[in-house]
Amino acid sequence: MKRVNAVAWNTFREAVRDRILYNLVFFALLMMASAIFLGQISLGIETVVLVSLGLSAVSVIGLLIAVFTGVGLVSKEIDKRTLYALLSKPVRRWEFLVGKFAGLVLTLTVNTAAMAAGLILSLLFVKHTLERGDAVVLVAVYFILLKISIVIALALLFSCFTSQLLSILFTAGLYVAGLFVTEMRNLSGSRLAPAMQTLFSWISYVLPNFENFNIMAAAAHGKAVPAALILQNTAYAVLYCGIVLASATVVFSRRNLK
Amino acid sequence: MPQPAIETESLTKDYPTGFLHMKTKRSVENLTMQVGEGEAFGFLGPNGAGKSTTLKLLMGIIFPTSGSAKILGRPISDVAMHAEIGYLPEQPYFYDYLTAAELLDYFARLFGFSAAERKERVARMLKKVGLETAGKIQLRKYSKGMLQRVGLAQAILHDPKVVILDEPMSGLDPIGRREVRDIILELKREGKTIFFSTHILTDAEMLCDKVGVIVGGKLQGVGKPDEIVGMKSQGMEILFEADAGDARSAAVCAKASKSGSRFALRVPDDSLYPALEELRAAGAKIESVSQIKPTLEEYFLHLVAKDRAQAAAIEVSEK
Repeated sequence: MKRVNAVAWNTFREAVRDRILYNLVFFALLMMASAIFLGQISLGIETVVLVSLGLSAVSVIGLLIAVFTGVGLVSKEIDKRTLYALLSKPVRRWEFLVGKFAGLVLTLTVNTAAMAAGLILSLLFVKHTLERGDAVVLVAVYFILLKISIVIALALLFSCFTSQLLSILFTAGLYVAGLFVTEMRNLSGSRLAPAMQTLFSWISYVLPNFENFNIMAAAAHGKAVPAALILQNTAYAVLYCGIVLASATVVFSRRNLK
Repeated sequence: MPQPAIETESLTKDYPTGFLHMKTKRSVENLTMQVGEGEAFGFLGPNGAGKSTTLKLLMGIIFPTSGSAKILGRPISDVAMHAEIGYLPEQPYFYDYLTAAELLDYFARLFGFSAAERKERVARMLKKVGLETAGKIQLRKYSKGMLQRVGLAQAILHDPKVVILDEPMSGLDPIGRREVRDIILELKREGKTIFFSTHILTDAEMLCDKVGVIVGGKLQGVGKPDEIVGMKSQGMEILFEADAGDARSAAVCAKASKSGSRFALRVPDDSLYPALEELRAAGAKIESVSQIKPTLEEYFLHLVAKDRAQAAAIEVSEK
């Protein structure tokens, strides 16, 4: 575990020194501008607009960092040959992979937490008070973080065996496909052949189901989220990341480095 | 017989080549050799001979197509054994956003050293490689020689029993080479097993107890540097001074080659005394008499030429 922690800490330090957290400045400016603008109008939808805008920004920024940094987690170390010295230490390949994954998840947790704090402050500025219902915003942020973790795991898997460009395409493709899982399971009324419907149905169970993580509308309207959904999504993300990381380990353990 | 520190048994590595990876290129072929404990072993060969491939196989960076290898009696697939091995990759490249001290601290964490132990080791290693004042500078600002020294520091950070160095002197200026050589000699004095690849033959002659020569992926010979080239004398060389314009010495000077103000005459072993007698009669001043032995360089060049001739012959027959 010490070795996994060491790799994770170094991955976090790399992200910080590569100025990845600078995106927070953009987010802060966006939130400040939105809060000031919405504070001047009173149509009764300020909260809905601010929460939707804020959560969308948290999600998009987090996903962009997850994809573009995630695809370089392994391939960059191979291309730059920094991995040679690392693997000459008593570090198992799975420890390296889990450490890299944990390091980027830590980076994005810090990033997402900072953005969530900014969103709550903006909400306070617009509403002048915070209610119990506003806690749903934090649940929505937590779900975004779970979703981002799955995307990082997928990017890491592709990073183990293909180029950065292809990894970006594969990860982005899977993310988009993961948004339409329910549609893929309900093709019974479509004109597709039954065999194709069955095939799509099977594929839908392999794809990451990102629809369950989207509670933006509930958060915007302050609707409560059942505890069972929080547990279910947490278990799903942990299990999915575990399977993807195990697959990445199988691929990477057999790989001859250049 | 004591257990060898490093041993390989028919180690072979093929690389896929071509657009669809349908063909293979053999980089190392049936490599069988042993390196004894506490020995300094030089792995010699021209560029592309398979030296780095062998070292990467030993470190588990790439995997053998066939054959096996052991370090300190444990198979190379056993990653835990890396706690006893130090490795310097060829032209090392490290995380350039870190300082040398941070990099060494990171690697020390991987060995599970405590914070106090890490601090002490990092400071000691930086001093050992002469980087104590540059330890707080980011590696992106380091010269090639400085990176090589950081590479050595990270290889010996954990006091390993076996040190594997891939071209440790490559690309260094004479001062850098001297410093690296001194560190290797110190490791040798400490009783560590040193296995290093090089194509700089003078370094091998100076540092190694034993050398192995690899050409075209095949091991051509293993032994002590003077044994491997063969101890058999190739004649005698007499260095002398004489006036070439003098009628008495003109004949003998014509048989010798001139080097500065001196002449060098090479004669077979059994012709030494008649030649000395002839020189004395010619009034020459004899400066030295020495036996001619083949150098490691001559042996090495002979093997490379042989391999190239064989490769050319195979190419012609295939056509």
